[in-house]
Amino acid sequence: MAVNMLLTGAEIVIRCLQEEKVEHVFGYPGGSVLYIYDELFKQDKVKHVLVRHEQAAVHAADAYSRSSDRIGVALVTSGPGVTNAVTGIATAYMDSVPMVIISGQVPTHYIGQDAFQECDTVGITRPCVKHNFLVKDVRELASTIKKAFYLARTGRPGPVLVDIPKNITNEKCEFDYPETVTIRSYNPVVKGHSGQIKKALKLLQEAKRPMIYTGGGVILSNAADKLTTLIRMLGFPTTQTLMGLGGFPATDRQCLGMLGMHGTYEANMAMQQCDVLLAIGARFDDRVIGNPDHFGEVKRKIIHIDIDPSSISKRVKVDVPIVGHVPEVLGELIALLEESTVKVDSKALSAWWSQIEEWRGKDCLRFKQDELIMPQFVVQKLYEVTDGDAFVTSDVGQHQMFAAQFYKFDKPRRWINSGGLGTMGVGLPYAMGVRFANPEATVACITGEASIQMCIQELSTCKQFRLPIKIINLNNRYLGMVRQWQEMFHGNRYAESYVDALPDFVKLAESYGHVGMRIERPEDVEPALRKAFTTYKDDLVFMDFITDQTANVFPMVAAGKGLSEMILAEDL
Amino acid sequence: MRHIISILIENESGALSRVAGLFSARGYNIETLTVAPTEDTSLSRMTIVTSGSDDVIEQITKQLNKLVDVVKVVDLSEAPHVERELMLVKVRAAGKDREEMKRMSDIFRGRIIDVTETTYVIELTGNSAKLDSFIEGLDKDLILETVRTGVSGIGRGDRILKI
Repeated sequence: MAVNMLLTGAEIVIRCLQEEKVEHVFGYPGGSVLYIYDELFKQDKVKHVLVRHEQAAVHAADAYSRSSDRIGVALVTSGPGVTNAVTGIATAYMDSVPMVIISGQVPTHYIGQDAFQECDTVGITRPCVKHNFLVKDVRELASTIKKAFYLARTGRPGPVLVDIPKNITNEKCEFDYPETVTIRSYNPVVKGHSGQIKKALKLLQEAKRPMIYTGGGVILSNAADKLTTLIRMLGFPTTQTLMGLGGFPATDRQCLGMLGMHGTYEANMAMQQCDVLLAIGARFDDRVIGNPDHFGEVKRKIIHIDIDPSSISKRVKVDVPIVGHVPEVLGELIALLEESTVKVDSKALSAWWSQIEEWRGKDCLRFKQDELIMPQFVVQKLYEVTDGDAFVTSDVGQHQMFAAQFYKFDKPRRWINSGGLGTMGVGLPYAMGVRFANPEATVACITGEASIQMCIQELSTCKQFRLPIKIINLNNRYLGMVRQWQEMFHGNRYAESYVDALPDFVKLAESYGHVGMRIERPEDVEPALRKAFTTYKDDLVFMDFITDQTANVFPMVAAGKGLSEMILAEDL
Repeated sequence: MRHIISILIENESGALSRVAGLFSARGYNIETLTVAPTEDTSLSRMTIVTSGSDDVIEQITKQLNKLVDVVKVVDLSEAPHVERELMLVKVRAAGKDREEMKRMSDIFRGRIIDVTETTYVIELTGNSAKLDSFIEGLDKDLILETVRTGVSGIGRGDRILKI
């Protein structure tokens, strides 16, 4: 290629994606992005995945990032393309998922004139992106895209949007993809403060009732190995947030399971009663610690490691804040621990463990499998049939909590769900994104009959790309979590939570060329799952499990209550 | 507690809306906000007067720092500083009130910058409390219009906000 060859903006976009080693772009064409699609058409390095709704494009790109540590990319057109994408962007933003969204915009000279398919993309997406750009000059296009990828993946990750007016994609300039990028106003901290890390170690070694609480930051920063090393060296109990599952092996005895609103009894009790709490890549949100005042009633020392200073002391006052990249800080902590001659108080620790075992003895996730299929039972069987080694996506509601409680994740990036925003409809597009990022992987989507219908059109995308996703539909004919709250807090008045006029999911799946199954008896659960994962290994299987409508998620910490004020199944 | 937050921010379109949007999205209040480019035209300096508990102010500064366009954030009111606000007041100045207005303006070290047969425009600079007292001191019926710039502030001595 001649050195000074001029490229159009559209060519530059594709070249940038190639430079970033992007293999897949999830998108949907439209007027403002036609030049970009034209260039996509002319090459084959960057493959385009055509979804059926822009929301699904963004969810798929999001799951691509979550399940692989590469950056998911979505491409949408102006106006409705962008507004459809907003739910997906906000979902990724709330869970700090790195992603780049390229949106078309009306030509620069039309901006502000209420042109066809115009919207204020930068304005609309501003509160739900890490950063966004409107490219006004083709000469700034390459450097802007470079910045977008850099911002998305560094510091506290997040989605970054680049809005490109149509005329820019057709104007020409020299292409020069910068190798590095510096933004003077953006310098995320990497290394933790050594003095603080020493202080943290001292606190940990003096602890009598220690607890380690970890979140999505561990997964996002690829710190699971270091975390596992540290926790095993210390011998302390640990709990993971919904976003942190897989950060430490769930099958390890030191793991007390998930904490929070639907966390285990032992995890929540240990959180509440510990004397030293090490929080890593987690943010003490309302679903995790319940009422902060109640949490604060027990005096404990808190060490908090996070890349984002604004996550520290936001809801809970912290004694030893450590701002830094989690694996860096854990590495330093491990090194100090290896050198240290100080012994932990093993007597106190063993007393603490006996207390924890007593709590664990409550067996708080126990349920009874009778005549009707229990949703927990299905997840348990799924875990067995897949040897605990599947990528599991979920939608939002009861089934999400059952999945988190009963599928034991031993590895990071295996559990893909919308924790922060709680977006119904993510499950199926998430499964698509996972499968593109991990082409050989076993992918199960645990969903409900309400959630699945929010992005059901993607069955078509799955057909086009032959994605052998296994959909586990826990069908209780209710918005289960809404129904549970109505039962517990609204006098059994089930306002609009009954899901009426359901389609025949078997026929629906079949109409897209997929395999459909309806499972109504407990004894059929395991054989059906086995069949789906063996006989129909290469097919998308929609498994419609007709489950007990009265099943509720326990334990439960009601909104506004303290962590140790759990409602257990046995209390009712 | 009242705080004066000074921000150096990239002088780019949309930068102001990122800051204003942050305040409204997180429920922080803005009493005044002023912004203009600095001597380095690639940067703007913004001064925001806000109020809140120490925890809230800590969050405000952290959240501001998190904005990609924000270069530096300082809570001016944490240490010695000077603050000024400029106000223009158009008053009725006819008959016996004319002399009184002139006198009030002199007492507050204001300057009359526009004169007609029946009105004055008085320019007044000072801290916000001084401007408030001037307004208090005037006969309400004689005030035709007021406009204030909002607070600008700067640290005393060696406290310098610059990159």
